[in-house]
Amino acid sequence: MALILNEEQILLKDSAKDLISAAAPVTEFRALRDSKDALGYAKNLWTQMIDMGWAGICIPEEFGGLDFGFHGLGIVLEETGRTLAASPLVASILVSATAITLGGNAAQKKQLLPKLAEGSLLMTLALDETSHFSPHRIETRAEASGDGFRITGNKVFVLDGHIADTFIVAARTGGGHHDRQGITLFLVDRATPGITVTRTRMVDSRNAAKISFADVQVSASAVLGELNKGADILDPVLDRAALGLAAEMLGASLEIFERTLAYLKERTQFDTKIGSFQALQHRAVDMYCNLELSKSILIDALSALDEGRDAELPVLASSAKAQLCETLHQISSEGVQMHGGIGMTDEHEIGFFLKRARVAEKTFGDAGYHYDRLATLNGY
Amino acid sequence: MPELEQFRADTRAWLEANCPASMRTPMVADETVWGGRNASYKNPDSKLWLDRMGAKGWTAPMWPAQYGGGGLTMAENAVLESELRRIKARPALSSFGLWMLGPVLLEFANEEQKLEHLPKIVRGDIRWCQGYSEPGAGSDLAGLQTKAVRDGDEYVINGQKVWTSYANYCDWIFCLVRTDTSVKHNGISFMLFDMKSPGVTVKPIQLISGESPFCETFFDDVRVPARNQVGELNKGWTIAKRLLQHERTNIGDFGTAQSPQTPMHEQAKKYLGEDAQGRLDDAAMRREIAKYQVRQKAYGLTYARVGQELKAGLGDGAASSILKAVGAELNKHRSEMLIDMMGTQGIGWEGEGFNDWEIMQTRGWLRSKANSIEGGTTEINKNVVAKNVLGLPTK
Repeated sequence: MALILNEEQILLKDSAKDLISAAAPVTEFRALRDSKDALGYAKNLWTQMIDMGWAGICIPEEFGGLDFGFHGLGIVLEETGRTLAASPLVASILVSATAITLGGNAAQKKQLLPKLAEGSLLMTLALDETSHFSPHRIETRAEASGDGFRITGNKVFVLDGHIADTFIVAARTGGGHHDRQGITLFLVDRATPGITVTRTRMVDSRNAAKISFADVQVSASAVLGELNKGADILDPVLDRAALGLAAEMLGASLEIFERTLAYLKERTQFDTKIGSFQALQHRAVDMYCNLELSKSILIDALSALDEGRDAELPVLASSAKAQLCETLHQISSEGVQMHGGIGMTDEHEIGFFLKRARVAEKTFGDAGYHYDRLATLNGY
Repeated sequence: MPELEQFRADTRAWLEANCPASMRTPMVADETVWGGRNASYKNPDSKLWLDRMGAKGWTAPMWPAQYGGGGLTMAENAVLESELRRIKARPALSSFGLWMLGPVLLEFANEEQKLEHLPKIVRGDIRWCQGYSEPGAGSDLAGLQTKAVRDGDEYVINGQKVWTSYANYCDWIFCLVRTDTSVKHNGISFMLFDMKSPGVTVKPIQLISGESPFCETFFDDVRVPARNQVGELNKGWTIAKRLLQHERTNIGDFGTAQSPQTPMHEQAKKYLGEDAQGRLDDAAMRREIAKYQVRQKAYGLTYARVGQELKAGLGDGAASSILKAVGAELNKHRSEMLIDMMGTQGIGWEGEGFNDWEIMQTRGWLRSKANSIEGGTTEINKNVVAKNVLGLPTK
């Protein structure tokens, strides 16, 4: 049970920090937002990430990846959290490449994984249908039609939905609206007739979209995994997705904390540094406690994936995501409060972190969702 | 390492021959061995086990042999610990002398003092109590007023200590006294004396949770030989702080030290019931328990992580500074939840209508309030972390 990084991982962390802070500082993110950039992510950063092989970091070597382990992806995501760096790494790699690796057949892997690793193909998961994360609540239907299926339904909050080339669509082929059984995953090309994509602008200025499917015809070979057993792929993918988000959230928490601590040491009022006030000191220590707890629970969960402790994954992933939701929620709010008036201005960067925080909390399940899931997993 | 393997074989054989069978069963509360002149042994095997381990020096395995310790290397000690765990042996001796006083005597005391006191600690002959806090010196411990005035070969001590755990059972006290009233931190000395000395009076303290091990201790012209003063005169504060580090390591261990017990959610179901899907029939409590369990897990992992970091020479172990405060908060949270889920069964004091377990939880809940006070309040702990770990300025 490794709770510290090994030498290779430390090297990766250092180079991720250097590359991301140089190629995609927070000013870059501001420029993306202000220009209403059509791509919505830092193209320059993404190109460099691909050159470093990070798009293929947890893709098997035989499909053009680095096969460095899932922990490596967590390390890179943590560093993207520090600068709010927007990239297809979450939707295309963390979620989609993982889904293909875990659930794809030989042909699908061979066709899709190399393209994902080299960044020539962008993918995303079209899952949510309501305002609350509830992965088995699927009403989108896929009905047998010709030698394939016809998909009809509406998806919301599809990350990178407006730029993805291919969607992984969760649709119902059996069972009731909330059943785990009866969900099937389909690989759907965005150019297929009947698809309408509407980009939605979220508070964090990151990419998301609403997508409607109206009698979208796909072939039988579009099925990812087994018919009606999509949840067997979906669940482990979403555990990894929650963990990846938690890693990004740790990076954001650390960055806000360090910036806020620096401000407490430099801002003078009443002829003294405000960081000398006990009311602020104790709250700073409360944040520090949450950060240390978060680091521990996250690193254990990431290590578990590479140590083959798969049976523990559901509990570990939900624990880590819940804890990081609590920590980032607290620290992003305190970050603004402790910066005072300047923290409320758009000119200052601390507010960007608060906005990203709330979206990241809702992505792949918020604290409430994961506490509920943990209680269920633990039998109460 | 053939020598270590030999040591393991010898240790295993010795334990096999010398650890009585009843000492390999889980500890029961009133069989904890504290040693001392007044010790009584409910289970005679406890005495036997203490005598045998004490004679080997294995109650203090890494203390030097000339002071009665086991003289083991770190590697040998690890072997001994694993062999003790293997047979689930009870601790032969629980003692403030072992945990707190011994380590500072080894570091600060003169040869004569070490030879006099350390072997008696190892064998459990003398039970020690801690004379630190005073009515006017709690968080501001260095403000202590108990005075020691030199008179020939003796000091004459006058004053009062409070929260002296088990003072009513203890034989000797290690005590902070003021030897210079003109300065604060640099006027404190570290003194050892016999609780039987004329002028010492002890009065047990009743807590909100009922009976307690704590006492008030009064000193009225107590005469102590000058040779019982440890370290440099007026430099006792350095020793006092070092000893507190040893104490805090022991108190911070709440989260992990708890004996295995029924999981919180099973207790909750007993009192609150479950719905048709088998969920706890109280959504707020259900979430509260899940939140507690996540934090508890993260706390245990932080303990382990700090250990791995130190072992690998990574980082500065700064995270260990939060363990006491977080552990205290967790234990208090756990107690509050338990009482809450028990409803009116959680607020009984004694007698009819409540079972032993319920009374124990209620008393435990009241007692847990002290977790964030004893051994340095959480507020003081946060001041220290803010300054030393986060580097925040002082006014």
